[in-house]
Amino acid sequence: MSEIIATLKKDYIYNLMIKGKRQDGRGFKEFRDIKLETNIISKAEGSAKVTLGNTQVLVGVKLQPGTPFADSQDEGMIITNLELNAIASPDFEPGQPKEDAIEMARVVDRGIRESGAIDIKKLCIAVRESVWIVHIDVHILNDEGNLIDASCLAAIAALMTTVVPNEQHGIGKNVPLAMKGMPVGVTLAKIGSKLMVDPSLDEEAVCETKLTIVSSLDGSIAGMQKMGPVPFTEAEVMEAIDMACEKTAELRGLYLEGLANKE
Amino acid sequence: MSSMSDKPEKLITDDGLRLDGRRADEIRPMKIEIGVLSRADGSCYLEWGRNKILVGVFGPREVHPRRMQRADSAVIRYKYNMASFSVEDHARPGPSRRSIEISKVSREAFEPVIMAELFPKTAIDIYVEVLQADAGTRTAAINASSIALADAGIPMKGLITSCAFGKVDGQIVLDLNKEEDNYGEADFPVAMTQDGEITLMQMDGHLTPDEIKKGLELVKKGCKEILEIQQAVLRKKFETPVEETVEEVTDTEDTRNKIVEAEEPLEYASEAAVVEEALEEVEELEKEQLCEETVETDAVAEEIPEFEELEDIIKETEALVEEDTEEDVVETEIEEEALEEEALEEETEFEASFEAAPEPEDFEELEPIKEEVSSEVEDVEFDSEELAYEETQLEEETGIEEVASEETFEPEPEIESETKTRTEVPAEEAVKAEVEPEEKKCEGPWKVVKDPSESGSRGENE
Repeated sequence: MSEIIATLKKDYIYNLMIKGKRQDGRGFKEFRDIKLETNIISKAEGSAKVTLGNTQVLVGVKLQPGTPFADSQDEGMIITNLELNAIASPDFEPGQPKEDAIEMARVVDRGIRESGAIDIKKLCIAVRESVWIVHIDVHILNDEGNLIDASCLAAIAALMTTVVPNEQHGIGKNVPLAMKGMPVGVTLAKIGSKLMVDPSLDEEAVCETKLTIVSSLDGSIAGMQKMGPVPFTEAEVMEAIDMACEKTAELRGLYLEGLANKE
Repeated sequence: MSSMSDKPEKLITDDGLRLDGRRADEIRPMKIEIGVLSRADGSCYLEWGRNKILVGVFGPREVHPRRMQRADSAVIRYKYNMASFSVEDHARPGPSRRSIEISKVSREAFEPVIMAELFPKTAIDIYVEVLQADAGTRTAAINASSIALADAGIPMKGLITSCAFGKVDGQIVLDLNKEEDNYGEADFPVAMTQDGEITLMQMDGHLTPDEIKKGLELVKKGCKEILEIQQAVLRKKFETPVEETVEEVTDTEDTRNKIVEAEEPLEYASEAAVVEEALEEVEELEKEQLCEETVETDAVAEEIPEFEELEDIIKETEALVEEDTEEDVVETEIEEEALEEEALEEETEFEASFEAAPEPEDFEELEPIKEEVSSEVEDVEFDSEELAYEETQLEEETGIEEVASEETFEPEPEIESETKTRTEVPAEEAVKAEVEPEEKKCEGPWKVVKDPSESGSRGENE
């Protein structure tokens, strides 16, 4: 079904693009409306829901004590899981996560892990014996395109509002999760030779290739992922990075810095 | 359940209040939002106490894998899934033995009301996501699914409503909360139809038969309250157009209830048969009159028939018609009178339409068409031969036309329009007439669709 639509719409979207327009009237550097809600699941230690246009993503963070890995005995663990729930789209089916879901989960995970957003040394309860395992569960509720950016934003917002449940396990007072950065992912869709941020579902269906760039607070890039078969030129990559960094700073300022100040 | 919780000394205080301040027969506050997911065909977000449930309904749609499809009805699939962050401890993602069982019994709770036989070889998928769990998730999920199904326009015989009762500190209470669920003596979830038929029932714990009896009474009350909330939500979404056509609402309310109660499409068919019989009788009577009239008309030939005669005939037919058919008919007849003279000549045109014309049923629709026709008609000549021909065909039609033929064949335009509506009716009737009662109730055009069943029930009454 989506393939048929893509074929029919491709020309239309392509022609609009040549005129510098997009289907929903946005500019190439413009995100859809974003709504961020935090602390909406009281059973989770941290939670956030991001509504990006009509895309809805819910992230819950749970902390559990566990045994550390042998090669990092004083560091907490981060486990990111992303599910393309069948509720989110007629194209998703229940069952084991498919490669798309696993790829997205790993992109989100790398952004958080590599940017050092979580101070994992502070997640150690007792060296060699017990550390906190941070479960980041990304629940896709409605897929209208650009799940990765919504997931990244929701994940980091959920982590920023996470409280370490020390009291529940009798190891002191509850404290906010120690955070060191605010990685934000921005995905660009490549149609022809143009790049546009925040591709909608239709744009995702017609674009040849997407590039996700996760950058951290200091402007460095923490993770990148090219998805799709069409190659990028070096110039396009640099253009993409510029666009992404600009948008990342904007998103961080609009949605995340407020959360950080609250803590 | 988890390490941190300790059993409270008392789950019900001395003044009969529960830990969350409710009395024994009160349900937790419920909030329902409808149509929250753009990609799903129907969806619902429900909060009940601290439960947060999201349901999406897809279908009727193609079945994957194909071997699951059924030749005679839709396959209903219900997937209950708990988000891993929905409970105290991190739950392993994916289906558990518990969620598979809940999915099965919940599906079975809906099977009696979903009219799956209307959609052979398709699947209706109900996906439940428990975002936050706090005792009673399966009942909450069923309540939400009911709304999501209605939102998706899946034909149902009624809503399903679900609530649990249990035993806490030796007392039977409605709608257990988390503490009561963990430390109570029994948990007894129930789902029922609007008529109180139980479609889901599970139980664990210890209860005497008397306690069960008491509990079922209590749960019935709870379900009734929930049903009211559900209905209010559906009304809010689907009833908006009602304000435009207030009359229609009052008109159709009876019909709507009847449709909700009606058990099988077959019934409509039989009712329709009764009506048709009745109509045929009328037709015969009218035909007799027609013959007399035509004789007269022949005699008169080109003269326009005298009004006195016509009026008599009209009155007679009206009397006959009134017995069996709706007031609408009478109205149409009256209008026809006015149109008579103009219509005289149209016959030639109409003959073509006559051939296909079945029996008329919906007069409301016809009126506008009639008017059009009458304005168009101005030139045709009057032919006694044609008259005779038409008469034979008129025989097959109901009272209205006869009246018209008496007067000079004006009704023929109507016949034409009847043919149109006729062909529409059977197709739409099956699908739309049984969809959400709310929708039908609101909109004028639906009424036309419903006519067969309406007149059917009338036939019964008589």
